[in-house]
Amino acid sequence: MIRDIDLMIVGGGPAGLMAALAAAEAAPEGAKILLCERDEALGGQLVKQTHKFFGSEKQHAGERGIFIGRGLSDAVHAEAKIEVMTDATVLGLYEDGIVTVLNDDKHLKFRPRKLIVATGASEKFLAFPGNDLPGIYGAGAVQTLMNVSGVKPAERVVMVGAGNIGLIVSYQLLQAGVDVACVVEAAPKIGGYLVHASKLARSGVPIRTGWTVKEAFGDQELEGVVLIRLDENFQPIEGTEETVYCDTLCLAVGLSPLAELLYQADCAMTYVRELSGAVPVVDEDLMTSVSGIYVCGDVSGIEEASSAMVEGRLAGFAAAKALGWNADLAQAEIEKAREELNELRSGPTGARIRAGIAKVQERREGSC
Amino acid sequence: MRIEQHPILSFDRGEKVTFVFNGRPVEGYTNETIAAALHAAGIRTLSHSPELDRPRGLFCAIGNCSSCRMTVDGEPNVRICVTKVREGMTVEEQSGKGVVKP
Ligand SMILES: Cc1cc2nc3c(=O)[nH]c(=O)nc-3n(C[C@H](O)[C@H](O)[C@H](O)COP(=O)(O)OP(=O)(O)OC[C@H]3O[C@@H](n4cnc5c(N)ncnc54)[C@H](O)[C@@H]3O)c2cc1C
Ligand code: FES
Repeated sequence: MIRDIDLMIVGGGPAGLMAALAAAEAAPEGAKILLCERDEALGGQLVKQTHKFFGSEKQHAGERGIFIGRGLSDAVHAEAKIEVMTDATVLGLYEDGIVTVLNDDKHLKFRPRKLIVATGASEKFLAFPGNDLPGIYGAGAVQTLMNVSGVKPAERVVMVGAGNIGLIVSYQLLQAGVDVACVVEAAPKIGGYLVHASKLARSGVPIRTGWTVKEAFGDQELEGVVLIRLDENFQPIEGTEETVYCDTLCLAVGLSPLAELLYQADCAMTYVRELSGAVPVVDEDLMTSVSGIYVCGDVSGIEEASSAMVEGRLAGFAAAKALGWNADLAQAEIEKAREELNELRSGPTGARIRAGIAKVQERREGSC
Repeated sequence: MRIEQHPILSFDRGEKVTFVFNGRPVEGYTNETIAAALHAAGIRTLSHSPELDRPRGLFCAIGNCSSCRMTVDGEPNVRICVTKVREGMTVEEQSGKGVVKP
């Protein structure tokens, strides 16, 4: 049986939740909006973020991510126009517009008039000998073990990456009683915000810029790593190797968009370094090259939860407008969201994202 | 090991249950994933690579990477980082790519 619906949203992270709420605000009584989340609970990456958010006040800066996530999830559950399906993995987007979902071991089929993909991102990996030993984890994995499950993930950790995620997870490891041997960063300077770096420095954790992992060793599980210094061209300097014993190595070396569904639907994709990977080519309404498929959040380029939420609102109202729902409200809200995004991306910290988005626009114009 | 005291969080672990890992009993809680319960019991090696037989553990813990696949109650290739613990369930290391029972 195929169920016809108006709008399907894939992914219940900050982007997807905001998209659902926005669309519902514009939707008439009886509209069918379905949100599918593969996890048991809504919230996406926010469920494990115990730190206070950075960003602007409009996007909840100063609140802890975990509480922002709960607030949004509660609002979505309370909205009668949104049907929420958890434990529901979207498997396939077909040419005839059919979307297949695995829910509770059942294979379901839907035909949504519009679709918003908000699947987020996955963690990047690093190539070095021994990188498959048990004990080498993504920083997000360690964060999930300790902040969602309450399990002490390690005794002694080496963290790779001094961006915000590496710094924040290191600090959270200390809070969970784990020894953090050091943070290793290949770049000559710390990438994340200084507030996070200074918290670590105060706790006595060295942040070693200009270093990387040469190899990991251990008989059956990780026992330690060999670090090596890099020159200004990121080339290892022979003879500077140093061994650090640890039972866990955490990789916080960036995320890349989780875009498999977009490839399936044949959305035009383009590699943009500033957005951390291959991203969909979108228009001002965040619609992909396939009419009726919209994107928002990390899947459209790695940024932050704050911008993911605003992108979610933009995509939600854009889909609503395309469905003919309350066009005036939708248009006004779309413009507001665009302004907010411009604000968030202004200033020096937004330079990289602005450059990335400019590239996407260039490629879109080049292709039509 | 489980975190008993945390400056910000408290954990609702659910009910204590026992499941079977490679033939031996392991304790877990119903709100925990199998991966979390094994980790808490100090078990980090979940499988061995199909060709070189190298030990493998989890990597992402959110269901993205398939590094944690095991056979659960006879079903192969279950991602144990997104599967909750149940009383009496059997969790086994699988050989190679797993065998689907007819
Ligand atoms: C350690 C850490 C600290 C951070 N700190 C900050 C911060 O202080 N401030 C800030 O602004 N940002 C921060 N971020 C970034 C922020 O968390 C992300 O940018 C944000 O969560 C992205 O939102 P999203 O909705 O696009 O994706 P996600 O939150 O990843 O949500 C995607 C959802 O889609 C689901 N999904 C994926 N595929 C499918 C499918 N096929 N079917 C159904 N569901 C699917 C996933 O299960 C997930 O729930 C941090 C991130 C990390 C990891
Ligand atoms: S550890 Fe990545 S899917 Fe389980």
